[in-house]
Amino acid sequence: MTTTTLVDRDAVDRVLHEALARGGEFAELFCEDKTSSFASMDQQRVEEIGSSHERGAGIRVVVGETTGFAHTADLTERGLLDAARTASSIAKAGQPTTSPTAVGDLATHDVRATVIPDEVPKSRRVELLKAADDAARAAGSSVTQVMVGVGDSRRRILVANSDGTFASDDLVRSRLNVMCVASGDTGMQIGFEPIAKTAGFEVFDAEDVPAVATKAARQALTKLQARPAPTGELPVVLAGGSGGVLFHEACGHGLEADAILKEASVYAGRVGELVASPLVTLVDDGTMDLEWGALAIDDEGRPAARNVLIENGVLTEYMWDWLQARKDGRRSSGNGRRESYQCLPLVRMTNTFLLAGTEDPDEIVAQTPYGIYVAKLSGGQVNTATGDFTFGTSEAYLIENGKLTAPLRDCQLIGNGPEVLSRVDAIGTDFAMMPGTCGKDGQSVPVGCGQATMRVTGMTVGGTAA
Amino acid sequence: MTDLAEIAAGVVERAQPGEALEAYVAFGSETEVRAYQGEVESLTSATTSGVGVRVLLETPDGARVGFASAGSLDEGVVEKVLADARDNAQFGSPDPAVVLAVPDGVVPAELVLEDPSLGAVPTDRKIALAIELERAARAADPRVRQIDEASYGDAVVESALASTTGIRSRARRSISWLALAAIADGTGRDQTGYGSLASRGVDGLDVEQVANDAVVRATRLLGSSKPASTRCAVVFDPRVTATLLAVISTALSGESVTKGRSFFADRVGEPVAAPIVTLVDDPTDPRHLAASQVDGEGLACRRTVLIEKGTLSGFVWDTVSARRAGTASTGSAVRPGYAGTPAAGCRALALSPGDLEFDGVLRAVGEGVYVQSVTGVHSGVNPISGDLSVGAEGLRVTGGVLGEPLREMTIGTTLQRLLLDVSVVGADVEWLPGVAAGQTLAISDAAISGS
Repeated sequence: MTTTTLVDRDAVDRVLHEALARGGEFAELFCEDKTSSFASMDQQRVEEIGSSHERGAGIRVVVGETTGFAHTADLTERGLLDAARTASSIAKAGQPTTSPTAVGDLATHDVRATVIPDEVPKSRRVELLKAADDAARAAGSSVTQVMVGVGDSRRRILVANSDGTFASDDLVRSRLNVMCVASGDTGMQIGFEPIAKTAGFEVFDAEDVPAVATKAARQALTKLQARPAPTGELPVVLAGGSGGVLFHEACGHGLEADAILKEASVYAGRVGELVASPLVTLVDDGTMDLEWGALAIDDEGRPAARNVLIENGVLTEYMWDWLQARKDGRRSSGNGRRESYQCLPLVRMTNTFLLAGTEDPDEIVAQTPYGIYVAKLSGGQVNTATGDFTFGTSEAYLIENGKLTAPLRDCQLIGNGPEVLSRVDAIGTDFAMMPGTCGKDGQSVPVGCGQATMRVTGMTVGGTAA
Repeated sequence: MTDLAEIAAGVVERAQPGEALEAYVAFGSETEVRAYQGEVESLTSATTSGVGVRVLLETPDGARVGFASAGSLDEGVVEKVLADARDNAQFGSPDPAVVLAVPDGVVPAELVLEDPSLGAVPTDRKIALAIELERAARAADPRVRQIDEASYGDAVVESALASTTGIRSRARRSISWLALAAIADGTGRDQTGYGSLASRGVDGLDVEQVANDAVVRATRLLGSSKPASTRCAVVFDPRVTATLLAVISTALSGESVTKGRSFFADRVGEPVAAPIVTLVDDPTDPRHLAASQVDGEGLACRRTVLIEKGTLSGFVWDTVSARRAGTASTGSAVRPGYAGTPAAGCRALALSPGDLEFDGVLRAVGEGVYVQSVTGVHSGVNPISGDLSVGAEGLRVTGGVLGEPLREMTIGTTLQRLLLDVSVVGADVEWLPGVAAGQTLAISDAAISGS
């Protein structure tokens, strides 16, 4: 099946006409067909094995500052026309009607995966689960629980709008997660490691699955000896790959144009200003092949792009979707994304990363007399209006006299975006990316984050030790 | 539209020898209006439907289970879902604990969980509520600089479940809500406040209440500063308490217990909390917005006492986890919609209320920190280890009243400690849309990290 069969071109034109029949300046049809499968092993049993299929369309009509939106699981022309009428019901009588530009040839993007998950026997998934489970359990007798999940999705989208956009994408994503519980005198600790790529099952040949599982187990085992993290403001060194989420939270969300145009971001009105240490160059890049946030087109039909957001500490650009770009009289930067056809697009990040620096990562630690070293982060959260953000550690160590010493129990770090960005005083050469799931307004989308080993001169560490 | 129960029963009729089937069918309709600068920013109107099927293949070593779902109730799609679930089941591990729920004779409570008038509310009234909410918030205080979100939403959800083991159940409920995010101008440092209210229909919504709530929360943080690190008593806002109870509930799930992922395992009968703590999961109490007659496997929901006067008294169980533990289901299977499988979980938690309203709790505490909101809960509160470290903002409690506003701090303790350190449970129960009701809660000690 190809995306062109989701809805044919003539039907697309008729639906867009119907969507604008009661007035309105813009109409868009977004069709999606997504199949996914997952399998999980828990207590050495294949406990869940399932698949799902979601298929439908979302239609939006924009009149002035107002958006009408309807979605339907009925992809027949009748179903789409009904949804078009519902979405257009917000159009006020008397508004001028725009005729949609007839869509041209479909700009297709073929699937880039080489091993299509649908064609992989389910027994292969069971093998992967077992391989990870075995490796994690072999890491130590204190590993008491291992949960492994393997999942994949194939998402075919088609976007058409009244400006003549007509594009499709066919995206395959595959992931494997290992979570381990280790038990000791101090209670239980967990370790977690993912593999997640915008690719097919070839990733599980390229990546060493048992090694990833072992890493998750070691993380849990190490923390059995962990002591409570300190409190107060301390220097923080973030390992390469682990700290990308810091930038995702500290400034990524604040550079999304919806927050900017509503003046709900501390970065509003600051293009051209120094907002970070001159060491900081931050990029959002949807074209980064294989990474978790990669896409050929965004969910509004715009080609993915590489956008430099902060260059040598100076704020250069925000991220834009169609709606926010229209308000500002510019073009979208390819950052309009949605969780599914049931959602309106929002300005979202894709793969967001800090360019590598020039310092030896080991030297950065060696030159830190006292602080904490974060080897692995869990998630984060930000309030864009105040700039305050938090993120959690899932593997961290105390730094004493330039050396990693005691492992620390999980804790949150809290800081203020602009303040923390100005306190970046060292960036290493060991660039790495890591996958994540970003939530905004109840919608989750896959994103990538990346950076090399780096140091922030001070952040508040939320431990319990005095 | 075809009756949901008929669709579910139709799937079950197709069971082949040697297999057990369960079909869950759901239908929902929703409206959401967002207002901005006196206009409709967006209006969403939609329906969703779907089916999830579990197939259990009998083997001498137990059943293999497979699952499939699709977001459509078309006959061909339902047929394909059944075939996919059957195929998936071939690859599950045989497990003697895996069985479908069997009717256990408990009669579902008679509950009214839907406001039947919601369906007749015209879209214009919903739009007016959102616009009025934004206006009220902007008018409430001159320091309100911006409204980031002012929205009205509602949903009616209906589901039916059938199985080859004789389960036939259905459920229907409605919810409507207002949500508001206000930004107050701090000339230099802005502050934000969030207000919301949910009810079964629009009559239970109060625009002024939500607007004032959000605006007070934003403005009272103006001029906040980062506190020095210390240890002190902490008073949690009702919504923060609800968030923490939701995390604690994971450790009270029979599934976590049987899989060795709960710090409560093997502790039934032991003191796990201060004696003033009694925690009950009661989905038959219709004041809980998540109340339900039946659970995610079609058994009657029932009241389960989890902690009584500080002593751990039990867990919530679904059919499979109960079987693993040698006990019976408490009617506590929770299903994340048609696309997910049931698992044991709490649905409607509340602490037995104390005698003191919010102001009384502050007076009882005297000195400490009141936490208005927390961040980083999903990464900072771990229901397996119990470690708790979250970002927080709020106000100092001094002389038994609220004092200076505080920002950019963290609260650190463990869930185990937190329960034992509870010093006051408020009388101010707030019925919220999540797993737990909100109540002001004070604990005697936690680490505050700041400068």
